Amino acid sequence: MSGSPTYVPKSALGRWFESRLPIMGLVHSSFVAFPVPRNLNYLWTFGAILAFMLGAQIVTGIILAMHYVPSATLAFASVEHIMRDVNYGWLIRYLHTNGASMFFLAVYIHMFRGIYYGSYKAPREVLWILGVIIYLLMMATAFMGYVLPWGSMSFAGATVITNLFTAIPLVGTGVAHWLWGGYAVGDPTLNRFFSLHYLLPFMIVGVVILHVWALHVAGQNNPDGVEVQNVERDTVAFTPYATIKDLFGVSIFLILYAWFVFYIPTYLLDADNSVPANPLVTPAHIVPEWYLLPFYAILRAIPNKLVGVVALAAAIILLAFLPWLDTSKVKSGKYRPAFRIFFWLFVVCCVGLGYLGSQEVSDTTTWIARILAIGYFGFLVVALPVLGLIERTKPLPASIADAVLAKTKPAEAAAPPASR
Amino acid sequence: MIRLTTNFLAAALMAAGMTVAFAQDDAEQPKPERQSWSFSGLFGVYDQAQLQRGFQVYKEVCSNCHKLSIPFRALEDPNGPGYSVDQVKALAASYQVTNDEPNDKGEIFKRPGTPADDFPPPESFPNDQAAAAALGKAPPDMAELAEARKYERGFPWFIFDALPFDQYQEMGADYIYAILNGYTKSGDPQWNLYYPGHRIAMPQPIVDGAVNYSDGTPPKLDNYARDVAAFLTWASEPTLAERKKIGLRVMIFLIVLATLLYFTKKRVWSGLH
Amino acid sequence: MSSAAIEKPNRRDFLYIATAAVGAVGVGGVVWPLIDQMNPDASTLALSSIEVDLAPIAEGQIVTVKWRGGPVFVRHRTKKEIDDAVNTPLAGLRDPQTDQARVKKPEWLIVSGVCTHLGCVPLGHEGQYDGWKCPCHGSVYDTSGRIRQGPAPLNLPVPEYAFLSETRVKIG
Repeated sequence: MSGSPTYVPKSALGRWFESRLPIMGLVHSSFVAFPVPRNLNYLWTFGAILAFMLGAQIVTGIILAMHYVPSATLAFASVEHIMRDVNYGWLIRYLHTNGASMFFLAVYIHMFRGIYYGSYKAPREVLWILGVIIYLLMMATAFMGYVLPWGSMSFAGATVITNLFTAIPLVGTGVAHWLWGGYAVGDPTLNRFFSLHYLLPFMIVGVVILHVWALHVAGQNNPDGVEVQNVERDTVAFTPYATIKDLFGVSIFLILYAWFVFYIPTYLLDADNSVPANPLVTPAHIVPEWYLLPFYAILRAIPNKLVGVVALAAAIILLAFLPWLDTSKVKSGKYRPAFRIFFWLFVVCCVGLGYLGSQEVSDTTTWIARILAIGYFGFLVVALPVLGLIERTKPLPASIADAVLAKTKPAEAAAPPASR
Repeated sequence: MIRLTTNFLAAALMAAGMTVAFAQDDAEQPKPERQSWSFSGLFGVYDQAQLQRGFQVYKEVCSNCHKLSIPFRALEDPNGPGYSVDQVKALAASYQVTNDEPNDKGEIFKRPGTPADDFPPPESFPNDQAAAAALGKAPPDMAELAEARKYERGFPWFIFDALPFDQYQEMGADYIYAILNGYTKSGDPQWNLYYPGHRIAMPQPIVDGAVNYSDGTPPKLDNYARDVAAFLTWASEPTLAERKKIGLRVMIFLIVLATLLYFTKKRVWSGLH
Repeated sequence: MSSAAIEKPNRRDFLYIATAAVGAVGVGGVVWPLIDQMNPDASTLALSSIEVDLAPIAEGQIVTVKWRGGPVFVRHRTKKEIDDAVNTPLAGLRDPQTDQARVKKPEWLIVSGVCTHLGCVPLGHEGQYDGWKCPCHGSVYDTSGRIRQGPAPLNLPVPEYAFLSETRVKIG
């Protein structure tokens, strides 16, 4: 990380400072002069949306921690206190709970975009793996955050997820006791989850910095999946072009976020979490938050405890190996007709698993979940490697500029060339 | 109109065969029906007179067994029941509450309540264990009841419930209203049409004429159920009116901002060719 | 034609300024709830007054009650303590105030128990005036709670209070 050789501050003070700590040059080279492919679509604004959501979650979370009490006897009441008595407490809590869902919605769109356009392929493998690490940290953070209100679903969720570790042969029970700090989920568990829930977002920030750094080394992928050849023709400057586009994208996303917060704030919350936790009673119908449902469905689809847990872990870990599972040289799904079909089938499998994860178990749902789980893994370990070897792809454009021109050509031909 | 359209769409989707199982369930275990509430929709707020009646029902009937862990002062909420400061003071003083700290002699003592105190638990059941011992099952705290009794609507309804102009957030009130009207088997006070499995621990708590309203509202079970459901919805979500007021401003603001950003973006990018 | 050429940059500037201004308003609107949440909340405000029963407080006794999270001294003053307080010449005081201005009934002195220097709680019946003496930095108060010696700049403040009856007082 060093300053840009092209950036020279205007003021003498700025030059004095820059020669000692070239931070303005770093910002300038990363977020002002940074060349951005000119053919990016709005799916590329989700990076900015995610950065915004991370910031919003940290700010609202720090505020909630000022009022929340991590104790089995007081946690539920302290959340009630936030909702009823703290000035704007209801707003801040609704922003935080719905913010978690919005964060996951954005990250899923971001991930599916990455898969569709082959953004994980060389030279962006490390960038992608850092993304998978962020996703894992997000799931851990969200899970522990969900435990904190100490409602009956918090308690059941904490019990079920930590019990996954008891599937580990020999040491499983010991690991679970270590996680709980006791023989069951209780006060020590709540306290450590609170501590970690506060810590992990800052680890996410750290990995996000690495993620952005790796992005700025390799440059952004783009909808056509051809690399930048001529900076002049193929790219535009990050500021103002990408900045203003990102701001617009964020503002549209905010409308959705505000709709949830102000008009359907409890839509995504489970009613059972309005009942205080009781270690002696489990709610009739246990479901995790929606963003974990597909994995929950995979877990339930498998009748063996150990195999189920391994499948659950594999469903997530396999994502890190996508750069090598996908053997195709062509990046973008735009030029891979067969891949596109399998991609959308994969999306259907994920959504279908999510829906089944929310339903009560029956023979029918279990069998459908098994088929969809086979579809999920089949896409990752069979379709992607095989497609790259046999698929007939469409011809790629020679450059990003050519791809943009091809799109605007009919209009260009009719109208006289633009004046500037 | 929009409700009709979405209901039609939903019916069409159901007919597509995805949810035959639900239709069968509905025959024996009907879902509470959607009622019309003053506090539903984009602009709906609580009806003060209704909340006062609902509080009367709570005080005279429900409070014999159910606690309500909210402070007396909450009843002063101008967006809620809106009682005057003096009314709430007098109401609080009519309850005996246990002091947080012992007196100078180290004795735990009771004193008349103040607006800052929470409603004390029912006199006969100082805690959940006592209630469970006497009734078989502890009656739930009513502070969060309307939120805790929201029920699953299933596919495809849950999609429409989230959409503007048809958003449905009042399942808790509908459930409470349905339960109070669900004691339809005469001779069996613990059979309830809407309770899962129909065996409910709470025998029919209220019938026509049990509470005398002073504002001329007919003393009918239907009105009691409606009013107490509204009151309990307020108790679980007292900030609803403020939320919708701020929400409207935020929405208008965001739409203006997004529009301006859109044109700014267009203007910035128009410099390229 | 030429007027359009002049107007164009103006209109663009207006768009940019309007967007930035609306964005700034939004930031302001978001910041307020984030700040206001740290103010005393509704449950704290509801406890901002307390009632004290004076009947059990013997003459010469000082009782400390908790009000708004801090101590308040309720002192049942003896005849001598009242006389000492009343007969102190104002000229020698750092923060001149008559004793009459600090009490509603001469036998009952009600003052905040927080030293005006740095917030410690002074000890009763201590110091050369038999009022209070602060253990932290040695500020000495008299039997009217007025500062007489040491680093504290002001007298112990008198909270807002009212007698509800002969033996009951409401503070706050």
